[in-house]
Amino acid sequence: MLNRRSLIAAVALGLAAIAPATAQEKSIVVSSTTSTQDSGLFGHILPLFKAKTGIEVKVLSQGTGQALDTGRRGDADVVFVHAKAQEEKFVADGFGVKRFPVMYNDFVLIGPKSDPAGIKGMKDVGAALKQIMAKQASFISRGDKSGTHSAELNLWKAAGIDIEKDKGAWYKSIGQGMGAALNTASAGNAYVLADRATWISFKNRGDLAIAVEGDKRLFNQYGVMLVNPAKHANVKKDYGQAFIDWLVSDEGQKAIASYKINGEQLFYTNAKDPSA
Amino acid sequence: MPGDVSAFDLVLSGDPGLYAIVRLSLLVSLSAVLFAALIGVPAGALLALTRFRGREAVIVVLNAMMGLPPVVVGLAIFLLLSRSGPLGSWGLLFTPQAMVIAQTVLVAPIIAALTRQTIEDLWVEYREELAAMNIGPARRVATLVWDARFSLVTALLAGFGRAAAEVGAIIVVGGNIEGFTRTMTTAIALETSKGDLPLAIGLGIVLISIVILINALAWGARRAGERYAG
Amino acid sequence: MLVEARILAGEVAILDGLSLTFSAGPPTVLIGPNGAGKTTLLRAAMGLLPLTSGRVTWGGREQAAPDRRAILFQRPAMLRRSAAGNVRYALAAAGVPRAQRAARIEELLALVGLEKFAARPARRLSGGEQQRLALARALARNPALLLLDEPAASLDPAATKAIEDIVRAVAARGVKVVMSTHDLGQAKRLAGDVVLLHRGRLLEHTPAAQFFAQPRTQEARKFIAGELLV
Repeated sequence: MLNRRSLIAAVALGLAAIAPATAQEKSIVVSSTTSTQDSGLFGHILPLFKAKTGIEVKVLSQGTGQALDTGRRGDADVVFVHAKAQEEKFVADGFGVKRFPVMYNDFVLIGPKSDPAGIKGMKDVGAALKQIMAKQASFISRGDKSGTHSAELNLWKAAGIDIEKDKGAWYKSIGQGMGAALNTASAGNAYVLADRATWISFKNRGDLAIAVEGDKRLFNQYGVMLVNPAKHANVKKDYGQAFIDWLVSDEGQKAIASYKINGEQLFYTNAKDPSA
Repeated sequence: MPGDVSAFDLVLSGDPGLYAIVRLSLLVSLSAVLFAALIGVPAGALLALTRFRGREAVIVVLNAMMGLPPVVVGLAIFLLLSRSGPLGSWGLLFTPQAMVIAQTVLVAPIIAALTRQTIEDLWVEYREELAAMNIGPARRVATLVWDARFSLVTALLAGFGRAAAEVGAIIVVGGNIEGFTRTMTTAIALETSKGDLPLAIGLGIVLISIVILINALAWGARRAGERYAG
Repeated sequence: MLVEARILAGEVAILDGLSLTFSAGPPTVLIGPNGAGKTTLLRAAMGLLPLTSGRVTWGGREQAAPDRRAILFQRPAMLRRSAAGNVRYALAAAGVPRAQRAARIEELLALVGLEKFAARPARRLSGGEQQRLALARALARNPALLLLDEPAASLDPAATKAIEDIVRAVAARGVKVVMSTHDLGQAKRLAGDVVLLHRGRLLEHTPAAQFFAQPRTQEARKFIAGELLV
């Protein structure tokens, strides 16, 4: 079984597994967020992009903080995330070339159907958060420096709550992705802030339902940036820019807008809005 | 893959996405075991047969390294292979090759430690016989490794089990890119995070079945080999 | 061959200033109670033990030619290969050219009566068969001096006879056999000369006929009477 010839054959096989690395392929690495990936948007638009340009897009789905860091280290060609302030800093620090707004979706405040905080149907997310704290109702925070996490922190701040100071046993920071946070909330009948896309495609809802939605402060803007080739010479700037150009083109925007789950549109395009 | 069909349906319908994932999982883990064996078996044999200062300490550290946390290994390899790291110019981060490297690092200590134990036991038995035949050091190593080959299969299987089961290292260095670096375990992690627990469990059952199948094949080969060579 | 040896294990002398010459002819048989130093003497003669002082010389030269000696241990280790594989290994170790090995394997296995078991895993042979295989392995070195340590200990009478027949045949070809035994009957049957060891000392070295008819020392008389126990 282990004779010399089969050993050599096995080594050759192992080396063959390594070989594709040297082949130059027409592909880019895009570091993006779990919410974009988990929503299935990429599965919808990337085949269209590849059919047009022949460029394969490899998507890393990470938290926004990690996705930006991946870009900063030069391990991705394009960063596609949703945390406007951090994105602008990324460009200002010279790690990104230019930020392009692409689209937005919205966050929803999810909670148990029994609604222990009594916030169901409220239109003011700030008031809802205050009530969750007042009632000491369980709340799950991503706690992973993701775009959703920073959006959550901004909402507490806007509601006049210093969550770092005021959090108690009811506030649980789990340091994981959106799906994990939803799983945890579902298991513990807790409130949680989620992006709508992940929520719609999330399967293990248990007793969870949308408690608050539609507040303007819940809108979630996505931006895309080419990693600065001046910092990292390995960045495939032509392919990466081609992807960005396509996303903000009429064709790309239409592709994004046409993505629906259960008939619901998940992302609203606004590449033309310079303030987005 | 669509979430509303079970993993069994995927298997039965021959879903190409699933097969690509299974294929990559096996390719990565088996390659890692192969490279780890090429490193670990000679290293373990050498450690079994040589005496030097600090040897005991090396053995303790090696045994401890059998339990290296995958995510720490993943992070270390990540920092090495990152464009901002010392080996960044190789451009290997977020590729299957990076995953093979990470798993090789995880598996090599297991194979080396188990090889050392196996070879040392056999050496006790063979020592005088080989000395009487005037066998030199290099040939001694070759003889012991060859004669222990069926026991060493167990070491390789332990290494494979570790590689096939781990997710912490490959998700960090591979990035779980669909169609490129997504394996059984990273897919399970992803489906769990998406809340598609039935699909995650289904994939888990497929993974466990494959591991059992490979162990059964290796077991059969070992038994057949022992019957042949004693 | 001249053995002048003193071997100390710590303060205790295992061989105590022993001086012994093996000359060509029928087998020399070492006898003596347990712990007399028989095994130690055989190993020292094989060059497997460092002498505390003294020397082992061969045909008047200081350094014994190692490939002219072979040893059969009391409990030989079987390599995890077939019977033929064991002999092949010994032939290769002795530097026999590849092209000649097949014929020599056949010849040696026939000599020890194992030609039917060539393909059988060595570890599946019976105790007596294993002993004969180890003898074939020792003979693969084409020794001028063959050292046998209790070659028939723990074998049944039939297996013992098989070994003795081989020893006789080998000695008849001009190979000098030096063997230890517990079995006085065996010593009588095989020995040309007898060496009585006791507590690391050489008490008597005389032709076999004389040893059994007119032992010189008190200890020899007691040993033959079965009363010298330690």
